[in-house]
Amino acid sequence: MSRIQQTFSRLKTQQRVALIPYVTAGDPDPQLTVPIMHALVSAGADMIELGVPFSDPMADGPAIQRASERALLHGVNLKWVLALVAEFRTSNATTPVVLMGYLNPVSHMGYQVFAEQAKNAGVDGVLLVDNPPEEHIAKVFKPYGLDSIFLVSPTTTETRMQLIASQASGFIYYVSLKGVTGSSSLNLDEVAQRIPLIRAAGKDLPVGVGFGIRDAQTAAAIGKFADAVVIGSRIVEEIERSSREAVLDNVQRWVAEVRKALDAQI
Amino acid sequence: MPRDDVPDNRGYFGAYGGSFVAETLVSALEDLKNEYQRARADEQFMAEFRHELKHYVGRPSPVFHARRWSDALGGAQIYLKREDLNHTGAHKINSAMGQALLARRMGKKKVIAETGAGQHGVATATVAARFGMECVIYMGADDIARQSPNVFRMKLLGARVQAVTSGSRTLKDALNEAMRDWVTNVNSTFYILGTAAGPHPYPMLVRDFQAVIGEECLWQMPELAGRQPDVVIACVGGGSNAIGIFHSYLAHPSVRLIGVEAGGKGLGTGQHAAPLASGASAGVLHGFRSYLMQDADGQVLETHSVSAGLDYPGVGPEHAWLKDSHRAEYVAINDDEALQAFHDLCRFEGIIPALESSHALAQAAKMAPQMDKDAILLVNLSGRGDKDINTVAQLAGISLS
Repeated sequence: MSRIQQTFSRLKTQQRVALIPYVTAGDPDPQLTVPIMHALVSAGADMIELGVPFSDPMADGPAIQRASERALLHGVNLKWVLALVAEFRTSNATTPVVLMGYLNPVSHMGYQVFAEQAKNAGVDGVLLVDNPPEEHIAKVFKPYGLDSIFLVSPTTTETRMQLIASQASGFIYYVSLKGVTGSSSLNLDEVAQRIPLIRAAGKDLPVGVGFGIRDAQTAAAIGKFADAVVIGSRIVEEIERSSREAVLDNVQRWVAEVRKALDAQI
Repeated sequence: MPRDDVPDNRGYFGAYGGSFVAETLVSALEDLKNEYQRARADEQFMAEFRHELKHYVGRPSPVFHARRWSDALGGAQIYLKREDLNHTGAHKINSAMGQALLARRMGKKKVIAETGAGQHGVATATVAARFGMECVIYMGADDIARQSPNVFRMKLLGARVQAVTSGSRTLKDALNEAMRDWVTNVNSTFYILGTAAGPHPYPMLVRDFQAVIGEECLWQMPELAGRQPDVVIACVGGGSNAIGIFHSYLAHPSVRLIGVEAGGKGLGTGQHAAPLASGASAGVLHGFRSYLMQDADGQVLETHSVSAGLDYPGVGPEHAWLKDSHRAEYVAINDDEALQAFHDLCRFEGIIPALESSHALAQAAKMAPQMDKDAILLVNLSGRGDKDINTVAQLAGISLS
């Protein structure tokens, strides 16, 4: 059983919703990434989505674009991101880490090479925003025990959901709105309607919801029907506006609030 | 319109192309592909496209024998396909028109586009006005500064010009931002892509709409020169004007096809926009796989060219495929060579060419003296250079204001 599966099955028995915060690796600087990851865990994160910086983050809104630019200024590349995960693993063996990013840096490293190094570093899953299931990269990652996380959007047809589900493992990530990360036009009714369909197509793979969750209240509302809540841009904004000294406290405080709101409804 | 064996049904030209987009856009691209297939088979749609090209765009565009310039160079005869004489002054209107007709057919009320030099932005703003559609143009902040006449033209035509300040503030970033708009407003908006790149079906669709350029040359050249050219030359940024003129000549194996990329300050300096000529490796950007200027980590590199329209790190997938198959050759022309050709065409033929097209002209000027006087070079003069006079003046140290 993969670390992601273990996490979801534990949460299921506890009847809790997984909280998955996103941060961009190397933002605000590479020295702070591992401390921020630990802060996320102590604030109640069940899994971490770690962004791989890319020069052209087409699916991201301004907050994550800027985070990517900050990380790239420090020269953070895919190898460095893997090294950061390995460093995190020296003191945390249980919290799954999912890399989120764009196809080109991974494709440039080579899929096999990446898969092997990612596994060795302690990565659990990979979500490549611009990598459609038609390219069948999941089967390259699978032998290395890496879960392939795929996006499902409000515009995904049911036929296509089947195709995605046939390759997805770990969980399925439902993009709760049409738009880029950090937008704020989430439609709760729509999300509530779609999740059972995705669960059915995914043969009970857990369904996480992200894009557009900006406060504890919305997270809790989504948590009523989703297995996981992903929060990215809002945390990245917290990192951006915090001083170097205050960043760990601020991130931890904000994420802990969301955790509290999610747990309050058990 | 030519029907071809490339791309395949997943949008691949050999190893290049495909569709690498965020999930939200997948169904929109599928709809576009299906609607385009229906439109292409619909005689009424194609008749309307041809009608608009003839009566609104002003096609066919002439082919002109640049006799004085050819004589001065002392070798091959240079013929110019005058896409600069189209309405709005470049080849971009061919594809913008085709896509606007598709948008209308699909019931879309708003169109968006990215633009580098502003020619595609102007073309899109023009067809949007022609059909009464809302129009937003994304343009890099640096390009806005160097192409101010086109920015004002777009505004006159009723478009909103959105400055893009992220990344390198040029064409690639404008494309990112247009994609972000599209993913947010996918149901109401049609994305009129400016070049033969992007996710499937765009490279195919843009090529098909631009193929009219080469189709006309096929009958114009025998009429004017008595035969087909020995060499066809076109500049390549994303590659739409080049694929437009190459396409009909693919079936004529004796005709050499040369694509000219922006060599910027020289391939050796790294400051260029020539992924094919510089031997870049393949990568994925903007929804398709092709040759891509990238660093050792797969991050996309900033490019440089004196011409905003060629300032792009990637290249349309069909060109990557034509390079690998050796059916077309790709070379680079530096900024200063392009500028020289710009001035030469002004003085010898009374034609002010776009800086983009000046790259193709410079390649012709390089080759012509080495060739016989009865050899024929056909250059796609893809646009006119009025938009570039500020840039050219600035480089000469002259202030126009």
